[in-house]
Amino acid sequence: MLKVSRRQFFKVTGSTLAGSSLTLLGAAPAPAMAEVRQYKLARMTETRNTCPYCSVACGVLMYGLGDGAKNAHARIVHIEGDPDHPVNRGTLCPKGAGLTDFINSPNRLKYPEYRAPGSDKWERISWDDAIDRVARLMKEDRDANFIQRTEDGKVVNRWLTTGMLAASASPNEVAYITHKVFRSLGGLAFDNQARV
Amino acid sequence: MTNHWVDIKNADVILIMGGNAAEAHPCGFKWVTEAKAHNNARLIVVDPRFTRSASVADFYAPIRTGTDIVFLGGVIRYLLENDKIQHEYVRNYTDLSFIVREDFDFEDGLYSGYDEETRRYDTSSWDYELGEDGYVKTDPSLQHPRSVYQLLKKHYERYTPEMVSRVCGTPEDKFLKVCEMLASTATPDRAGTILYALGWTQHSIGSQIIRTGAMVQLLLGNIGIAGGGMNALRGHSNIQGLTDIGLMSNLLPGYLTLPVDEEQTYQSYLDKRAQQPLRPNQLSYWQNYGKFHVSLMKAWWGDAAHEGNDWAYHYLPKMDRPYDMLQAYELMHQGKMHGYICQGFNPLAAAPYKAKLLEAFSKLKYMVIMDPLVTETSEFWRNVGEYNDVDSSSIQTEVIRLPTTCFAEEEGALVSSGRWLQWHWKGAEPPGEAKSDIEIMARLYQRIRALYEEEGGTFPDPIVDLYWPYAVPDNPSAAELAKEMNGRALVDLVEEIDPSRPARVLRKAGEQLSGFGELRDDGSTLAGCWIYTGSWTEQGNQMARRDNSDPTGIGQTLNWAWAWPANRRILYNRASADVSGRPFDPRRPVVYWNGSRWVGADTPDYKADEHPAGGMGPFIMNPEGVARFFARRGMAEGPFPVHYEPFETPVGYNPLYPENKLAVNNPAARIFEQDLASMGTVDQFPHVGTTYRLTEHFHYWTKHVRLNAILQPEQFVEIGEALANELGIAHGERVKVSSNRGYIKAVAVVTKRIKALTVEGKTVHQVGIPLHWGFVGLAKPGFLANTLTPPVGDGNTNTPEFKSFLVKVEKLGA
Repeated sequence: MLKVSRRQFFKVTGSTLAGSSLTLLGAAPAPAMAEVRQYKLARMTETRNTCPYCSVACGVLMYGLGDGAKNAHARIVHIEGDPDHPVNRGTLCPKGAGLTDFINSPNRLKYPEYRAPGSDKWERISWDDAIDRVARLMKEDRDANFIQRTEDGKVVNRWLTTGMLAASASPNEVAYITHKVFRSLGGLAFDNQARV
Repeated sequence: MTNHWVDIKNADVILIMGGNAAEAHPCGFKWVTEAKAHNNARLIVVDPRFTRSASVADFYAPIRTGTDIVFLGGVIRYLLENDKIQHEYVRNYTDLSFIVREDFDFEDGLYSGYDEETRRYDTSSWDYELGEDGYVKTDPSLQHPRSVYQLLKKHYERYTPEMVSRVCGTPEDKFLKVCEMLASTATPDRAGTILYALGWTQHSIGSQIIRTGAMVQLLLGNIGIAGGGMNALRGHSNIQGLTDIGLMSNLLPGYLTLPVDEEQTYQSYLDKRAQQPLRPNQLSYWQNYGKFHVSLMKAWWGDAAHEGNDWAYHYLPKMDRPYDMLQAYELMHQGKMHGYICQGFNPLAAAPYKAKLLEAFSKLKYMVIMDPLVTETSEFWRNVGEYNDVDSSSIQTEVIRLPTTCFAEEEGALVSSGRWLQWHWKGAEPPGEAKSDIEIMARLYQRIRALYEEEGGTFPDPIVDLYWPYAVPDNPSAAELAKEMNGRALVDLVEEIDPSRPARVLRKAGEQLSGFGELRDDGSTLAGCWIYTGSWTEQGNQMARRDNSDPTGIGQTLNWAWAWPANRRILYNRASADVSGRPFDPRRPVVYWNGSRWVGADTPDYKADEHPAGGMGPFIMNPEGVARFFARRGMAEGPFPVHYEPFETPVGYNPLYPENKLAVNNPAARIFEQDLASMGTVDQFPHVGTTYRLTEHFHYWTKHVRLNAILQPEQFVEIGEALANELGIAHGERVKVSSNRGYIKAVAVVTKRIKALTVEGKTVHQVGIPLHWGFVGLAKPGFLANTLTPPVGDGNTNTPEFKSFLVKVEKLGA
């Protein structure tokens, strides 16, 4: 039987037997350990994103299961550097290389939770209950402590008894709406990670 | 960054100091190696540790943490003494020829106007002398004794190589070698860049350290040119964006600032900010402040902001003092703050003095957490043995924890360190019931507004009047918000200038604006963040552009994403050309005058049709048009940086001003009484601690990431061989590291990378404390490094002094 490695097979078919098929030759090449692997990501959905860690802002390509259909649950199974990106040119550091494990970390939060005063555990609650409770706590505190005027009569319209810290990896659009809402309440004790 | 990551490849000399790009910004550091390989660049690293950045440097010099002003002040002295300055640049583009007021003074470590009681300066003498025409007086010969040049020279006289060596512990020959290498870029055909990060920021004198670096760069003519600049390597993916959008106690979007109590009218607020030129024919771009401000108020309050109510000026809270994080924790600790909302931020881990934070959080009535991951802050009430030893039952704080999406599950723009706004797309659904922060904030706002509408309450006006034009009020799209930040015309914008011909409509009502030059102060435009105007125009989302072509070869890629302001990639780029508008370095021109306009490889940071003969300076945001060596009243500690010791100093006095007890530490830094009492002294805590990141971890997040938890599973500290020998500690043994505020236990890595230094004749051992562990996560449980760190901040920013404090290292029994 004709024994031919994959490389010889291509050489033969390319140079002398152009147009022939494997079956016509009557022999399949033996599996080669060094063969070029099939590109497994070809059938996945590719989405462009930016690494959320440091501010080099490396471009990343995320590969997900699911084709965007309504009943398909999109899930990221692989991330690599974007070779078109002018800064990272396809590279990622040890942090960026682990991004898939961030998305799929067992320590991702999944449900709104509540810790009652004095308790040592979380209880799962609904979104409606969570938002209602936070809105109520904020309004009560604001109504009771909002300062409209100083003792000497200056108009200051500030709320100092509730503070807020904003994220450092959330997009601009989150930042903007967060700022718009918190300032409309009169909040001053407001910072982001840039402070530290 | 004044410049951007790829531009580093244009540098001839690179100084990494106060940062460690090879480990903390690995893929950006590639441009340092690119510069070395293809531009024959020389890399200098000055750091307490022999870092991985140092390991590939052409020259490394050690330094005691917190003494960078002495080092850089020494560089300034060297450059002046040896005439290694870019003459044409400093004469024309800086304030060296400006005359300072006669009553300005500096004596024994303190500036004129100090009040010991309040720890504050009366800064009225810290300014230029004005002539009768209202402009600053100058002396182009630089000979006037009160010219900035003469004052600068005198100020740094004391910072001799011998002094540098004595205070910093840097051997004199190594210091001089660094000076020599930096000085080589004083010629117009050589560029030098400085890359720094939190190793400069996190000191009680952090802002002034950075200023000193900028002064070195100005003397060398390295600001505004390709391969130059002052490049802050920011630590988080959108810390730049959050700062741009003003999420800080004292800011509004686009570096507008909140009013203070005294500014009771809009006019008084505006007058202080819309600065008039201090020299003839200067652009003084902040003159346009009103246009940016009114456009913001229209974006926030729509029709409720109008000329008749001063654009809803009374809706903005007024400040009586800064309410930064350290201030917030002090108020909490005093029981004066009741609620705290943490969105993607883990302050129990990220802020100093954990013991105080635990007490402060325990006094809150409520805490709200929004985060994709479990954080220590969200579980501050949980007993985790020695790592978090609290009594849950005694903590009465109600905690509501809301799960959020992470980067892969949302779209929007992040701003890189190089000010590029890059759009990203959603690739997956979030786990469980997690929601985007946009939806959470919108739902929360809608609920609060409904409560105010139903039941009334205190001053509901700014809440119920908030402009909320979004298609789905409970969940605005990122596109809607990005377009609002960019801004649009509210009515047809008509050409204002030429009354002789029929008015032309420049922009129709409802159209997106293409640049902040279109903004107006009459309520006809809206823009939520003026420096982002141009990011989403009628031509679409500019932040999503992906053309990586680089026609000039200097790495500008102007069609990749979009950079603020106005897609400018190198700030102050007018300064890359000489007075007549010709590039200083014809090999890598950035912008130049072509006879009728400014053109080149970048958007000019200048008035595009301004003839060079008019003498307009390149620093268009400053009313004087030039860069400042003399900071005027801009810095809390004074106009020229002065070295002060860290609040926990291994020396105990200021070696530059040994007799003055008021000048030991930053005299203008705010410190609360209880916090001052928490400071340790060198007799009890003889070693110098400093915290930092490892290349395998990102802050407190990646301990939740399996790959990274495998790479660096267990907490360790780094100590030098000399200290290890002294204490009998072998590599791999466990040690206890204490400060006056608490302790951590960790594995000791005994290393040659940290050497003992000789400071003021005494041996100083520095201890390296990586910060990535905590009591939640997949890695082995550890202690929060900020158990140890001191609760005092920089005099201007109140960024905590994480980089220099006193500890004691002890061997733990088997």
